Amino acid sequence: MRYLILKHYQGGPGHPGMDYTPMDQWQPEEVDAHMQYMSDFARRLQDTGEFVDSQALSAEGAFVRHDGEGRPPVTDGPFAETKDLIAGWMIIDVESWDRALELAGELSAAPGAGGRPIREWLEVRPFLTAAPGKFV
Amino acid sequence: MTPPVDAAELRDLVPAVIAVLGRRGADFASAEDAVQEALIRALETWPDDPPRDPKGWLVQVAWRKFLDATRSETSRRGREVAVDAEPPAEPVPGTEDTLRLYFLCAHPTLPSSAAAALTLRAVGGLTTRQIAAAYLVPEATMAQRISRAKKRIAGLPLDQPGDLATVLRVLYLVFNEGYGGDSPDHTDLAAEAIRVTRQLAALTDEPEVAGLLALMLLHHARRDSRTGPGGRLVPLAAQDRGRWDTRLIAEGVAVLQAALARDRLGEYQAQAAIAALHADAPSAAETDWVQIVGWYDELLAITDSPVVRLNRAVAVGEADGAAAGLAALAEVAPDVPRHAAVAAHLHEHAGDLARAADLYAEAAGAAASVPERDHLTREAARVRQRIRDASAS
Repeated sequence: MRYLILKHYQGGPGHPGMDYTPMDQWQPEEVDAHMQYMSDFARRLQDTGEFVDSQALSAEGAFVRHDGEGRPPVTDGPFAETKDLIAGWMIIDVESWDRALELAGELSAAPGAGGRPIREWLEVRPFLTAAPGKFV
Repeated sequence: MTPPVDAAELRDLVPAVIAVLGRRGADFASAEDAVQEALIRALETWPDDPPRDPKGWLVQVAWRKFLDATRSETSRRGREVAVDAEPPAEPVPGTEDTLRLYFLCAHPTLPSSAAAALTLRAVGGLTTRQIAAAYLVPEATMAQRISRAKKRIAGLPLDQPGDLATVLRVLYLVFNEGYGGDSPDHTDLAAEAIRVTRQLAALTDEPEVAGLLALMLLHHARRDSRTGPGGRLVPLAAQDRGRWDTRLIAEGVAVLQAALARDRLGEYQAQAAIAALHADAPSAAETDWVQIVGWYDELLAITDSPVVRLNRAVAVGEADGAAAGLAALAEVAPDVPRHAAVAAHLHEHAGDLARAADLYAEAAGAAASVPERDHLTREAARVRQRIRDASAS
């Protein structure tokens, strides 16, 4: 079963976005430790045969929408609030929901400022499959 | 001019070639790797240069790959090459050897995704790349999954009787969960599951193997009618029965009848019997729901699963009316997947449209696939339209 682990800064249910110290204000070795943790995590999932994809998103970008026939799409942004950002995601293919939660929990423990686990809220969502099953 | 060997023919040879290497003393993991390499080589070279003796070619190339791998391994360890380069005359591997491959690949200690992948590679003769594409994961991930599975089963005693139930469950999973992508070179996992189950049925006369094969054939027969334009899901009652594959249905029914005649009923035979009754009905209205309920009762006696109870409630609703269906549904835990969809259907037939619409919407939110979600959303919208029409008139 495939799951998306979505990393944003909106916080969790009943938990408004946490005030994270921006990474550029961490100690260099804290940044290194964080990066190392993330790449170790991905490599470990490659080894267990559970890794599908991992991507990070730039903070650049815009909101965009259709603005009527014959008119260019209207845009807004860049984003003012960090908490509006989706920072990135990881896609995993695992045996069970419990395993997906276990891995997301580990990802949330990535070290942050002061070397402490960030404990950020991550969103875990199952993929809808493309095939409806054969028994229709 | 040697006739070209088609891919399915080539894949069919794989388990036998692994068995030959096993007879020559290769361990399963190395033999399987060597045959996979030979298979990839064959796929590259055979189209231009088909061998006179395909199996002999595969054995020869795989054996050489095995020796190369063993030599580099032993030289790394600074030891003498232990394996004789010239294979001794060996007894021809029999059905037992091939059967053992099935048991090994679907060993109960393996996670089901790994068992499915290993079965497709070692028994089904698919390449790692094809398996990865079918399951929508990177090739490296799939390769790792397979190699971990092989490590896990290395050193298992081979003389113990295999667990046929696990093998059947893995094949059933492959059949049911395969992604039906439409890229030109995509691997049709349902077709592969049928091919491998057919091979297994030729190796053993267990009626449940035949039951599973029949079940697959009967469902596969409806494949073209299950989806409409744009991948839209078409439920059984609305399917164009003229598009059902009568050849597959005839084969499925024949396989099932032979199995049932052995008088050792199992869950796959019972499920196939239900599928056969659907296949037999000239129209949805002429479906023999009473007999179908009877088979669900048999199925419950064999395996009391909530999914079976849920499906039985649908059949009871058709055989004895929506109220009876709802009574049967009341005995099913509400957290069973598709519970809301079944409840919606029964409430609609019982005339409670408002409840049905809400339940269809709830079911859409809980659907596991895009076609199901879209279908249930349309059902909710359709019933809400019925409500508006009724209040307008």
